[in-house]
Amino acid sequence: MNKELTHLRVNGEEREIAITPNRLLLDALREDLGLTGSKRGCDDSSCGCCAVLIDGTPMLSCVALAASYEGREITTVEGLGGPGELDPVQEGYAEMGGAQCGYCTPGFMIATKALLDRNPDPTMDEIREALSGNLCRCTGYMQIYESVKYAIEKLRAKSATQAPATR
Amino acid sequence: MDAFEYAKPSSLKEALGLLGSDWDDASVFAGGTDLISLLKDDVVDTKRLVNIKGIAGLNRVHESAEGVHIGAAVTVEELFSNRMIREQFPAIIDAAEGIRSPQLHNMSTVGGWLCQRPRCWYYRNGFGLLALDKDGQSLVTQGDNRYHAIFGNSGPAKFISPSSFGPVLIALGGEMRIEGPKGARDVAAADFFVIPQKQGEREHALAPNEIVTEITIPAASRGMRNALYEVRPKEGLDWPLTTAAVALRMRGDTVERARIVLGHVAPKPWPAEDAAKWLVGKTINEENAAKAGDAAVQGATPLSRNGYKVQLARVSVKRALLAAVGERRV
Repeated sequence: MNKELTHLRVNGEEREIAITPNRLLLDALREDLGLTGSKRGCDDSSCGCCAVLIDGTPMLSCVALAASYEGREITTVEGLGGPGELDPVQEGYAEMGGAQCGYCTPGFMIATKALLDRNPDPTMDEIREALSGNLCRCTGYMQIYESVKYAIEKLRAKSATQAPATR
Repeated sequence: MDAFEYAKPSSLKEALGLLGSDWDDASVFAGGTDLISLLKDDVVDTKRLVNIKGIAGLNRVHESAEGVHIGAAVTVEELFSNRMIREQFPAIIDAAEGIRSPQLHNMSTVGGWLCQRPRCWYYRNGFGLLALDKDGQSLVTQGDNRYHAIFGNSGPAKFISPSSFGPVLIALGGEMRIEGPKGARDVAAADFFVIPQKQGEREHALAPNEIVTEITIPAASRGMRNALYEVRPKEGLDWPLTTAAVALRMRGDTVERARIVLGHVAPKPWPAEDAAKWLVGKTINEENAAKAGDAAVQGATPLSRNGYKVQLARVSVKRALLAAVGERRV
């Protein structure tokens, strides 16, 4: 099967890759673009390890074709932040022990990011709901919830210092 | 995953022209969450994927005098967060809530929700939809059938219809618009799902060159109290063990008309007509809801390892009925 030039916008950059039409978005990210943060877990849409943001919405790159996401804004865990400039979500998982083996962590961070971008003050039920598509086999989830709460506090402190008091 | 051609038509006419007369010629593709898994596992083979998400008009929900129209490419999340759907058709919200993954909500489409292929592990492991051995005997009856049919299983098909939306749509009297080379036809949701009788037949009324484009819930179903109850193996993502969808036309506290449709118990959604008829003239309380559940599972024919599903189906009906008349927050 012939490869076709495909244009993806990933983490704010335009990327051009030559791929066959059956190339999964996950493989395009990991192998063609070297962004190995997104993980292949179940490979059949059950575990959330491969989640990326598409226009800010979490989706599963293991059951997505790269060709279907031309023109969309794709954000991987690498796009949240890097060394020295971590996103509060990433900081939360690091500080609160939200990652043990770490394999599911990028997917959890993506799901958390999507939640907090939409709803900066979620209830416990809303946090559980937002993370219900992600499986972790190490932490027992409690530290993950603590990580999300840490990120919420961090973001709240940040917006309090940034936003001038309005009245 | 074998190689295939990828097409993204911008019109329905173009899309229909890209489909073939054989199932292997082309596959309709939208959210892809089921199809890509099937292709990866070599359960489905296709020469071409036809992505219908670029076709204008397939991705909106709107109301008319006839009822509520839902485009086939509307995502489960769009339906889930639609206020009108929440207010009028809580059974649809119950069904969406059963898909315990925001990621799948965001990707999956309404058309795919109805047309997803069965989860039968014989089918998913390449033994075919009817799962017959080389002598034509059912692998399901001989083997592990704990998740298989307890109704409608006297023929070769023993799998269960996987969609929770199917039973809801039938309970609400919905219909599907199907477009093909000869034009459009409307099929009642109750007639869309069929039990295949021989190899090569499918579990729905579509031909290989047809596309489900729209679902309509008729205006006559407005005001019916409706709910879905699912018994699931776990809180997380999985398909239900049994479901029951109910829609009730009430006059005061009395049932004037009822529809009860079981899900995940047969190769197609399974209407429990006797139970529904019995409810007419009754009030919905614990006792009557339980009796309707008893009536709904009359005649069940469980296999060697799935007798437990009879009780789950009975309870699903009872709880769906009580949920339908209960208070709920929108």
